[in-house]
Order: sequence, then C-alpha cells, then structure tokens
Amino acid sequence: MADVTMTVNGKTVSKTVEDRTLLVQFLREGAGLTGTHVGCDTSQCGACVVHVDGKAVKSCTMLAAQAAGSEVTTIEGLASGGELHPVQAAFREHHGLQCGFCTPGMIMAAVDMINRLGGPLDEATIRAELEGNICRCTGYHNIVKAIAAASAEMAGVRTAAE
Amino acid sequence: MYETTYHRAESVADAATRLAGAEDGKLLAGGQTLLPTMKQRLAAPSDVIDLTHIADLKGIAETGGGVRIGAATTHAEVAGSEIVKRLLPGLAALAGHIGDPHVRHRGTIGGSLANNDPAADYPSAVLALGAVIHTYTRQLPAEEFFAGMFETALDEGEIITAVEFPAATASAYAKYPNPASRYAMAGVFVARLGDGGVRVAVTGAGQDGVFRHEGMEQALAGNFAAEALDGIAVDADEMLSDIHGSAEYRAHLVTVMAKRAVAACG
Ligand SMILES: Cc1cc2nc3c(=O)[nH]c(=O)nc-3n(C[C@H](O)[C@H](O)[C@H](O)COP(=O)(O)OP(=O)(O)OC[C@H]3O[C@@H](n4cnc5c(N)ncnc54)[C@H](O)[C@@H]3O)c2cc1C
Repeated sequence: MADVTMTVNGKTVSKTVEDRTLLVQFLREGAGLTGTHVGCDTSQCGACVVHVDGKAVKSCTMLAAQAAGSEVTTIEGLASGGELHPVQAAFREHHGLQCGFCTPGMIMAAVDMINRLGGPLDEATIRAELEGNICRCTGYHNIVKAIAAASAEMAGVRTAAE
Repeated sequence: MYETTYHRAESVADAATRLAGAEDGKLLAGGQTLLPTMKQRLAAPSDVIDLTHIADLKGIAETGGGVRIGAATTHAEVAGSEIVKRLLPGLAALAGHIGDPHVRHRGTIGGSLANNDPAADYPSAVLALGAVIHTYTRQLPAEEFFAGMFETALDEGEIITAVEFPAATASAYAKYPNPASRYAMAGVFVARLGDGGVRVAVTGAGQDGVFRHEGMEQALAGNFAAEALDGIAVDADEMLSDIHGSAEYRAHLVTVMAKRAVAACG
C-alpha cells in the first residue's frame, strides 16, 4: 500500500491506496470526482484526460503514486464561482456533445491546447490536437467549432486584459 | 493489473539498486507502453521503479556539435525544444507527431528506445543520425543498439541515461501513420551529415524493426533530390505484412515516405 497525497482542484487529497491504483481510480473512487471517465481502458480514447502539473495526460495510464505531490485539475475544477469555463460554455453554446461521455476529456484536452498554443486556433490545428480524444456521436464537427470559438474568445479576453 | 510495488528512484544509482533488489522489477518512465501492457496483464512486474523524478535523466543540452537528450525527457519536451528545432528539425517534428498530445506529455525517449517497437518513430532518427545511446555503464552506437523487433542490446536491468545526437546539415522525417493507432505503417528519417554523406533509416515497415536503406543512401549522396529515388527498389520480402497492410504496400510506402522526407529537407 502507498500513502498518496496530491492537490486536486486546489484541495489536498490524501489516501492510502494499492500501488497499482490508477490516477483515474484515485480521482473517481478516492476523491469522489466521477466527472473523469474511463472509456476504453487501453489508453486510446481520452475520456480520462486530466491536467497534472498543468499538462493534459490520460489518467488511466498513470499510477496515482506517480502523481503524488502533483497538482491535478479535473473537469470539476474548471468552473469558478458557479460560472462555466469559456470552453465549457462554448461546448454548450455550439452543441459540442450528444451523449456527453467523452466531453470531460474533450474539454480538458481543449483547455490544454489553448493554454499551450494560444488562440484563436484554426480547424486543422484543433483536429490534429484532438488526436487522442475519441467521440462516437458528434462526428467532431461541433466539438471543433466549440473549441475554435472558445480559443478566439479566450484570446480576446487575454488581449483585453493586457 | 496485477499487484505491484511502486518505487520513486532519487538517482540512477538508487534506481539500479532498487531494480537489483526486486524479484521481477521493471523500470517505469512515461508508462505509455508499460502501463497499458500491465493493464492487459501481459506484464506483471513485482516492482516498478519510476525514473522520471531523477534530475540527471532529464533535459536537453547542446554539446559541441550536437544535442544530448536525457532518457526521461518527454516527447513534448523534445518537440518544443529550441535547441532541437534549430539543430535537428527532423527530430523535433518526429517527436511532435508521436501518438497524441497526452501521450507526448508522458512518454519518454528512453522508454521508446528501450521498448524498440518495430513501428515506433524514434529508432529511425537514432539510426539515421548515428546517435549514441548512453547507459549507466557504457555507450552504444545506434548500429549496435537495435537488435530486431522489441529487442535491443541492453542487458537485463541496464538503464539508458541519455541519447547523444550529432548535428546534421539537414534532417527530416516522413511518416504514414496507421489511421487507428498513429504508429508508423512506414516512417523514413533522412539525414544529411556534415561530411556530405546521407543516411536513410526506415521504421514501421521492416520485419526486423528499424533498418537503413543503402541503395537510397547512395542515390541521394549522388543527387539529393526526391527524383533520385525513382527506380530504387525496396524489397517486399523483407517487409512486414499484417492486417494493416501487405508487404508490397509497405515497400511502396517506404519509397513514398523517403521522397517526402527528402523534399522536406529543403
Ligand atoms: C495511444 C498511444 C499512441 C502511441 N503512438 C505512438 C507513435 O505514434 N509512435 C511511437 O513511437 N510511439 C507511440 N506510442 C508509445 C509511446 O511513445 C511511449 O511513450 C514509448 O514507447 C515508451 O516510452 P515511456 O517513457 O512511456 O516508457 P514506459 O512505458 O515507462 O517503458 C517502456 C519500456 O522501456 C523500459 N524503460 C523505460 N525507460 C528506460 C530507461 N531509461 N532505460 C532502460 N529501460 C527503460 C521499461 O522498463 C519498459 O520495458 C504510443 C502510446 C500510446 C499509449
């Protein structure tokens, strides 16, 4: 067993877990944050994407013990004070989801790409960056539209703040 | 996944000691190959020894005439490095197209080389550029390192610490990714070296893993242009054949990718 402590969405979470515990299990079963999903279990679908120390990772392909001491952000940590994050708002506005299963991972991947590359992002970039996230409903079209809109809005907000 | 014991190594020496003390231990870097394998119960190490917190194994430095990349450096770090982009643009581009962004945030060059998947990208750059693989105990030239599918010259428990690449006058990589997995169906790395020589290494296609194509190297040394590869045959008998593509298809892809890589060298 391992004593694992990490910061999740700004709060310290400590649990004693089996060493083989995956980060996604730690988040869902240990911290009770079930917004992070397990889709494929083979490291391909991206439904489990969270940010570890500011970088998007597949939480089904990392041990909780590897993330000990890190800062983790999940989908539950994006909205602040009851207000949706611009990417979340854009997914709602542009109907970027149908069943919603892949959405948490899509949104965490989108926030990561916008943080890394800035905005506004073009369609080709967004599609290439979504390589690790699979959606079986939307055909991706509205997901791409939502991310493009959010990236433009966030770039605008950034310029306005400068 | 079967039970295992996690260790976070503080130094390379500490990792070596912990590995030696384990019943059936395995080194753990980015985990992007090892953890999926453990989840499928195809591997069941008693202990996993995490290398990614060892400062000595991380980072990218310009050496006299080349680049040294620590074994635990991630694909994203190589892709984004100003040093790599300037000295070996082909290597930066290669790293930036491995898997997807999330895989690139975790996966490492050392893990990829130790694994030597026949469809992995890095082996082609290491072989084409004639890089040297540094381990805890010795240095291995690329030619001696790769030993067929999933096989390397590493001894049991030998730890890769860094890879040293010489700078090239030009370098480029062209890959035809498998549409589902993004691993290479055929990937060709072309390097023009300081002495005027050209080296061409192919991954994803060969039955024995990564290989150099001497016919292409000679043709390109005479005339460094995509047309120089017209009429250079790739032997289908030596290519992989599986549900993703026949040997003949792969042989054809190798030439197409080689031409694209030459064109990308500019
Ligand atoms: C969805 C997905 C897509 C991918 N697509 C591609 C792709 O397109 N191209 C590609 O090339 N790869 C691809 N990969 C593989 C990826 O690049 C892995 O990161 C890489 O193969 C292994 O590196 P790692 O750091 O994750 O190693 P790990 O999984 O941690 O380890 C792999 C093996 O190497 C050993 N090892 C690790 N570090 C060392 C060291 N320093 N010294 C000695 N032995 C060591 C381990 O013991 C283990 O046996 C993909 C992976 C996934 C999950």
